[in-house]
Amino acid sequence: MPWWLPAGIALALVTAVVGGALLALGLAAPGLALGDNLADAYLWRVVWFTVLQATLSTLISVTLAIPVARALARRRFPGRGLLLRLFALSLVIPTIVAIFGIVAVHGRTGWLNDGLALLGLDRLHYLYGLTGILIGHAFFNMPFVARILLQALEAVPPETWRVASQFGLKSRDLFRLIEWPALRTVLPGAAGLVFMLCFTSFAVVLTLGGGPKATTLEVAVYQALRFDFDLGRAVTLALVQLLLCGAIVLALLRLAVPSTTALTEGRFYERPDSGGRRGLAVDAAVIVFAVLLVVLPLVAVAVAGFNAQAPGVLARAALWRAVGQSLVIALSAGVLALALGAAILLTSRSLRHRLGRPGAAGRLELAASLILVVPPFVLATGLFVLLRQVADVFALGMPLVILVNALMALPFVVRFLGGPMMEEAQRHDRLCQSLGITGWQRLRLIEWPGLRRPVALALAVAATLSLGDLGVIALFGSQDFATLPLLLYQAMGGFRMGEAAVIAALLSLLCLVLFLVIEGGLGGLRRRTDG
Amino acid sequence: MRISTVLTAATLTVLGGFAPLPAAAAEKTLTVYTYDAFTSDWGPGPAIKQAFEAACGCTLEYVALDSSIGVLSRLRLEGEGNKADVVLGLDLNVMAEARDSGLFAAHGVAADTLALPVDWSDDTFLPFDYGYFAFVYDTQALASPPSSLKELVEAPDDLKIILEDPRSSTPGLGLLLWVRAVYGEDAPEAWAQLARKTVTTTKGWTEAYGLFLEGEAPLVLSYTTSPAYHMIAENEERYQAAGFAEGHYMQVEVAAMTKSSDDPELARQFLRFMLTPAFQSTIPTAQWMYPVIDLPEGLPPAYDRLVDPAKPLLFPAEEVAAKRKAWVEEWLQAVSR
Repeated sequence: MPWWLPAGIALALVTAVVGGALLALGLAAPGLALGDNLADAYLWRVVWFTVLQATLSTLISVTLAIPVARALARRRFPGRGLLLRLFALSLVIPTIVAIFGIVAVHGRTGWLNDGLALLGLDRLHYLYGLTGILIGHAFFNMPFVARILLQALEAVPPETWRVASQFGLKSRDLFRLIEWPALRTVLPGAAGLVFMLCFTSFAVVLTLGGGPKATTLEVAVYQALRFDFDLGRAVTLALVQLLLCGAIVLALLRLAVPSTTALTEGRFYERPDSGGRRGLAVDAAVIVFAVLLVVLPLVAVAVAGFNAQAPGVLARAALWRAVGQSLVIALSAGVLALALGAAILLTSRSLRHRLGRPGAAGRLELAASLILVVPPFVLATGLFVLLRQVADVFALGMPLVILVNALMALPFVVRFLGGPMMEEAQRHDRLCQSLGITGWQRLRLIEWPGLRRPVALALAVAATLSLGDLGVIALFGSQDFATLPLLLYQAMGGFRMGEAAVIAALLSLLCLVLFLVIEGGLGGLRRRTDG
Repeated sequence: MRISTVLTAATLTVLGGFAPLPAAAAEKTLTVYTYDAFTSDWGPGPAIKQAFEAACGCTLEYVALDSSIGVLSRLRLEGEGNKADVVLGLDLNVMAEARDSGLFAAHGVAADTLALPVDWSDDTFLPFDYGYFAFVYDTQALASPPSSLKELVEAPDDLKIILEDPRSSTPGLGLLLWVRAVYGEDAPEAWAQLARKTVTTTKGWTEAYGLFLEGEAPLVLSYTTSPAYHMIAENEERYQAAGFAEGHYMQVEVAAMTKSSDDPELARQFLRFMLTPAFQSTIPTAQWMYPVIDLPEGLPPAYDRLVDPAKPLLFPAEEVAAKRKAWVEEWLQAVSR
């Protein structure tokens, strides 16, 4: 198989969907009026705020994630495994559920303010505004970055720690000499992904940002497409978003350094900095903070779900049909995303290790991620215009939701699987060449044992991500198609907040169970590091 | 191995759920484009489908889109090739744009039973429900709510409100027009004062009302009929609407038949049915809006205790279409300062 083929196929699919959608919409517009649209002062004000909040959100998420990943890497404590899985949950629960979880904790009548009131202190109104945006984005993204960083830290060969302890290195030196170089291999990529997610954030920014001052480009796209029905403007704005985000993330990727994994015996050595009272106190504080930030809102979602309406809601057949459909979508989209991600990584691995072109490899991985910054409304509308000429859009509902969800999950697969696949290549390329092991044999005998856990993690993330996603279906309109997030919105739209809370809790629980089953079942129960 | 078994089982279960029911041969089908709140199990859609199918001996199919605005965009995207016979759920404020699309046909339905508080004589669009925007308040957090829009605007800044964004939601657009109707050219000044009281401006009604119920502010922009839900479905008197002396801005939801309908007679039959008690009686307790005819059984008792707007406020749809962009821009300037 030529080295370019796997990614060629995967990228062709991504390009066909994104390019096709944008092109179809652009052609359907009476005129693009590029000049007029770009000369708009409102637009540039929005662009400025979007870049500002996305940059700050990314900085906060990443800065918080480093100490959290470090604490998790060097501590074993009861509940660590559960915490890591809850970390995966924050990324995948629907925005509206997360917003209500965050408000229940940080709002004016939230738990933290109730706590202050109990202590006889004044309530603090800190949530709405830039703080709210940062709390919201840190909630979504910090855990995800922390998991990627943890993966990088755990890939540091045990021998390194042994040598470090022989030299008697202090915690600060360990960070500078060992951890930081390991983190730098994955940090720019992860930060780029977070930047894109924050850049396109809509409901979080508007709701927690406190008002129209907090407007992202995505809001302008929504306005253009839905209220003004100005297709040309919508396409122009989407292109601005795509180019701007692409350029910024590309610049970010220049900071990446190639990983330099050395050969290892694979034996376990205790890290030299796990003793020491001060380090322990810092780590404990960091982990408590992470729990407060991430786990409390999730707990709030679960608590809200245990209400009097739960038995009635859970007895409805429609609910379980939606559960079934959601699971089919999640698993299909997850498997598809995994296949596409692996294909892209096979090629980028060849580029990086065998052809010595890490820059091209990074750009390839970025290209696969750019779908994240195509506004979902533009994507859905474009796809609709594109497909309605060739097929019955009603019949396409399910496959289309699966395809779009898979593409949206693709960047996460690339992030979670990328590091481990590169390491596998470094460890085993020469051995395989000298023994002449190739193709299926190599995959089964050499790669699978090492990649099993990251593959399971990537699939778990991709599948749960698709479970929580509302998808593009609501814009297409279809009968007899319901997913849990869709039911959730409908319940809330019909005043039924209590029922919505039950559905939200069930959805979160389902995400968690699906995650555990995939990660435990496929990844193997042997947990070397998740303790 | 086990996972694949589970997967197969799950797939089969769900596919089973998808299998179409055997349709009676040569049965007529009426396709109605609407939004999903209407067709959801909690909305009036299911009951209306049943009643109409029994009356017409046909099949009623809904195409549920994500919002009232979504219905119109969908139709514009499809153009002449659309599959709708009837489009139900357009907001009055997008009616002018809908008319300009040239996709709708005159209904030819006698609308003499209409009992709207405003005159209605449109040959294309027929109303099917209406309501009034209002600030709903939490009686446990606010003993004496403002009694006029002016009082709200001029209230001390520690009176907190939650609003919707006029760029993304119909209630948000409603308030924009309401403030304009009351303040005229002075609207930006009023908005600047309102902005200081605003806890947050949300994307849609759902987020705003949810935050209000969470206790994030004692006042939220909603409808005069919202308390009816709490009274009827929850037996709860806690949430009430504040009556405003200047009057309340109206929302009217309309339906129309398409030019491209392949069975205009059936479409017309549906529009006629829409104005009968069988359809209209579902509106007060499933749509939580006012019916457009006088119901034989009257309104539910809870409706007697709602705020009755002395004066309905309404701009002509054409004026909204012409000025909406400028007014939104003006609002944005005023509240972003």
